[in-house]
Amino acid sequence: MNIETIVKCLDLNVFSGFDRLKTEVLDGYTGDLLSDVMANSKEGDIWMTRQVHQNIIAVASLKDHAGIILVHGAEPAKDTLEKALRENIPVMGTNLSGFEAAGRIYNILKEKKDATATPP
Amino acid sequence: MLRAFRCDLHIHTCLSPCGDLDMYPRTLIEKSITEKLDVIAVCDHNASENVEYVLTLAKGRPITVLPGMEVSSLEEVHALALFDDLRDLIKLQTIVYEHLPGKNREDIFGPQVIVNERDEVEGMNERLLIGATDVPLRDLINEIHALGGLAIASHIDRPSYSILSQLGFIDPETPFDALEISAAIGMKQARRQYPELSAYTFIKSSDAHFIRDIGREFSTMILQTANIHELKLAFEKREGRHVVEGD
Repeated sequence: MNIETIVKCLDLNVFSGFDRLKTEVLDGYTGDLLSDVMANSKEGDIWMTRQVHQNIIAVASLKDHAGIILVHGAEPAKDTLEKALRENIPVMGTNLSGFEAAGRIYNILKEKKDATATPP
Repeated sequence: MLRAFRCDLHIHTCLSPCGDLDMYPRTLIEKSITEKLDVIAVCDHNASENVEYVLTLAKGRPITVLPGMEVSSLEEVHALALFDDLRDLIKLQTIVYEHLPGKNREDIFGPQVIVNERDEVEGMNERLLIGATDVPLRDLINEIHALGGLAIASHIDRPSYSILSQLGFIDPETPFDALEISAAIGMKQARRQYPELSAYTFIKSSDAHFIRDIGREFSTMILQTANIHELKLAFEKREGRHVVEGD
């Protein structure tokens, strides 16, 4: 499943990384403490956070995340957006809470995985 | 003439909800003098009402008090703001209060007591001082600098409310004047642990919330006199001023 599927299902705003929406999403991670996200998230994760500081772009880049979803109406700070555009990191936004966004994405990912595991 | 100053630039009072009630201006000053500290900075969480009383009590005593505050940024990073002049601190206070939502709940977070130089309770601060402002860290540092103050990252080694816990790493462009390490680790260990931060000056402070904590940690600095300009020179290792790192 790629980012574009999630963007459509959750009706996300796309702030940056417009030409990278075909990037495969392998799993998800939620967290606002960047030390925790750096330590525990994985490559291919879609990362949901309320943190809008520009360091999120470096963390997503370092960890090879599929992209970042800012939850609860959060928008990237000006320097964060500039950095995201420059480094072409997909940053999206939603008005959903972190809980709801993560729940929905979890279900979509699980459905796709189940479908792959047991073809009809 | 340059000489060694024992500096503890991070002490709370009973105004901080987590500060012990015995941390009122007189006890704080007396203990600091007993511990032979030359310079202290009073830094309560997002507030400063007790600073003027500590300043009053320090007059004529062998200690310099710098007006300060420990501000919580939008990212919930704690940063110390230090000034020469109480009026500049009050200007920062105005900005902080404009950006600090919520009311305190004493039963949950603790009382926020304003105590004067005669040990009398002047009142309570009703704001949610334990909370965070909605001021982005970079803007906060710029504001502190614009008011002529110094900005120091609080307890960078701590797993909560430190720039490293909240933001993962320190962008070398972040214009902190110095980084504080907590009483939990020594200077040598901190330097081993954070080789990527070698360009920054490290200081040790007590972050005292209890009287007994005053004196447990401090930084020795080589200065001519105790003020913001001299501290800045020491943080920049200029004109012979510097922070003695020790162990």
